[in-house]
Amino acid sequence: MIATRDAYGEALAELGGENDKIVVLDADLSGSTKTGVFAKKFPNRFFNMGIAEANMVGTAAGLAAVGKVPFLSTFAIFAAGRGWEQIRQSVAYPKANVKIVATHGGVTVGEDGGSHQSVEDVAIMRAIPNMTVIVPADGEETKGAIRAVAAYKGPVYVRLGRNKVPSVFPAGHKFEIGKGVVVVPGTDLTFITTGLMTAAAVTAAEKLKAEGISARVLHIGTIKPLDKELVLQAAQETGAIVTAEEHSVVGGLGGAVAEYLGEACPTLMKRVGVYDRFGTSGKSDELLKYFGLNAETLIEEAREIVSRKK
Amino acid sequence: MKEKIADLEEKARRLRVAIVKTLHKSQSGHTGGSLSAIDMVCALYFHKMRHNPAEPAWDGRDRFVLSKGHAAPALYVTLAECGYFPAEDLMMLRRLGSHLQGHPDSKGTPGVDVCTGSLGQGLSMANGMALGLKLDGKENRVYAVLGDGELQEGQIWEAAMAAAHYKSDNLCALIDSNGLQIDGDVSKVMNVSSISDKFKAFGWNAIEIDGHDMGQIVAALDQAEAHKGAPTAIVAKTVKGKGVHLFENKASYHGVTPNDEELPEALRCLGCCD
Repeated sequence: MIATRDAYGEALAELGGENDKIVVLDADLSGSTKTGVFAKKFPNRFFNMGIAEANMVGTAAGLAAVGKVPFLSTFAIFAAGRGWEQIRQSVAYPKANVKIVATHGGVTVGEDGGSHQSVEDVAIMRAIPNMTVIVPADGEETKGAIRAVAAYKGPVYVRLGRNKVPSVFPAGHKFEIGKGVVVVPGTDLTFITTGLMTAAAVTAAEKLKAEGISARVLHIGTIKPLDKELVLQAAQETGAIVTAEEHSVVGGLGGAVAEYLGEACPTLMKRVGVYDRFGTSGKSDELLKYFGLNAETLIEEAREIVSRKK
Repeated sequence: MKEKIADLEEKARRLRVAIVKTLHKSQSGHTGGSLSAIDMVCALYFHKMRHNPAEPAWDGRDRFVLSKGHAAPALYVTLAECGYFPAEDLMMLRRLGSHLQGHPDSKGTPGVDVCTGSLGQGLSMANGMALGLKLDGKENRVYAVLGDGELQEGQIWEAAMAAAHYKSDNLCALIDSNGLQIDGDVSKVMNVSSISDKFKAFGWNAIEIDGHDMGQIVAALDQAEAHKGAPTAIVAKTVKGKGVHLFENKASYHGVTPNDEELPEALRCLGCCD
């Protein structure tokens, strides 16, 4: 168990030693986003921009324009929310080589409450042309993803979480941008999941097996561009899709899959996520239960959707 | 030096003619703010900045950011005059398929390093460039042209704070203070004065000049370069629509182009007989 933000801090500091073009910007949250690890190792290449996210995004774009590979971090709500128009104009429109790595995505921010729980960031980042959107499932995938985005030329949004999450992938897992991974094979339905919901889907699939339901788990680490091949295969081969994400059901992974399958292969579908509402204060495990973001919900939805298949 | 100033003044006159002709052809674009900024843009490209039109991505170049991106015609005519692209391209301004977009687009236009147009964002990018160049131990300088109305954007002051904090003395902001914005007088829409006091309060070196006096522009750019330990803001008092009395000091000419009737008179004002 490791938090994806911790894996990020570690990976970034490691990459910093390999590539001196990497620079890092933070907006007064380097202890929480874990960019502080890089800052300690490479103080010259770390810029604390203070509590001023719009300027941080623009500064990163300028650094990219002179050949640097900037990673900027803050909480998802501020990175994607406060910085949206700057990300659109100064980063995505010119295809600037800026990596936005947002931590504290979703409701597991916990006690800070709805003001700090970003449930829309994936939707609003995904809507921007030229943008790549990545939501890793665990620490290992995060490390691979950070390495992959550093090597990729162009704007990327990576969404990480605050809390320790169960491991899904083995050590040394190689991340490929735009490629989904079938974590569990199955034939009766497919859980298409991202972030911490992938681990929940693996648990759900194991339990469903005991009742004779064969659930596939397709992890989508890159929400944009979506791995259409594996999504289509899942729809055609299992005939029922349950998406799950720690995000609004509007515009996130569920939205992306629904948009695609609605045109390519209309399929029985259910989206598990936050139903068009804001978050609230509480402990993160309580909140996951409160919003139905757990294996129990996935099991129920799986039973329901399989029963609807004729 | 006197001769150099006279050369720059003549260059600026020719660039004004090109702006008027370009905007007459496009029938879309921003006349007033292009004419108010052109003397400074001219001094930068034909006097101050190190750059190489034959190699737009030359590593040794100084950087330019047109934060008030709607003055794109001023930048485009200058780049064309330098030879970054053929002057004929100007006649395609704002047309479908043209690299000369309504606002500067680094993806298509040689010599344009960043995308601007949404006001308030250019100074942040300029400071990012300045920080990156310093990190590499390079001497290159970064120049950003801002509008006075644009200073109403909060991001400008975030960037001003950061540039002073990081002692970006390789950064120079030129404020084209023409006193007008779309809805009228800047002082009436949302007063931003005193601009130089504000920049000074943020830790900048500030110089006030007449933005149409080529001698003052050149001297201020030299002073900015000589000033160490802090970025410099050149606050240039300008006239919107400068050079063509039909357009001068008229907020209505912010986003309006010369029509067929106005063109001959505009060109006559600029000492152009063709």
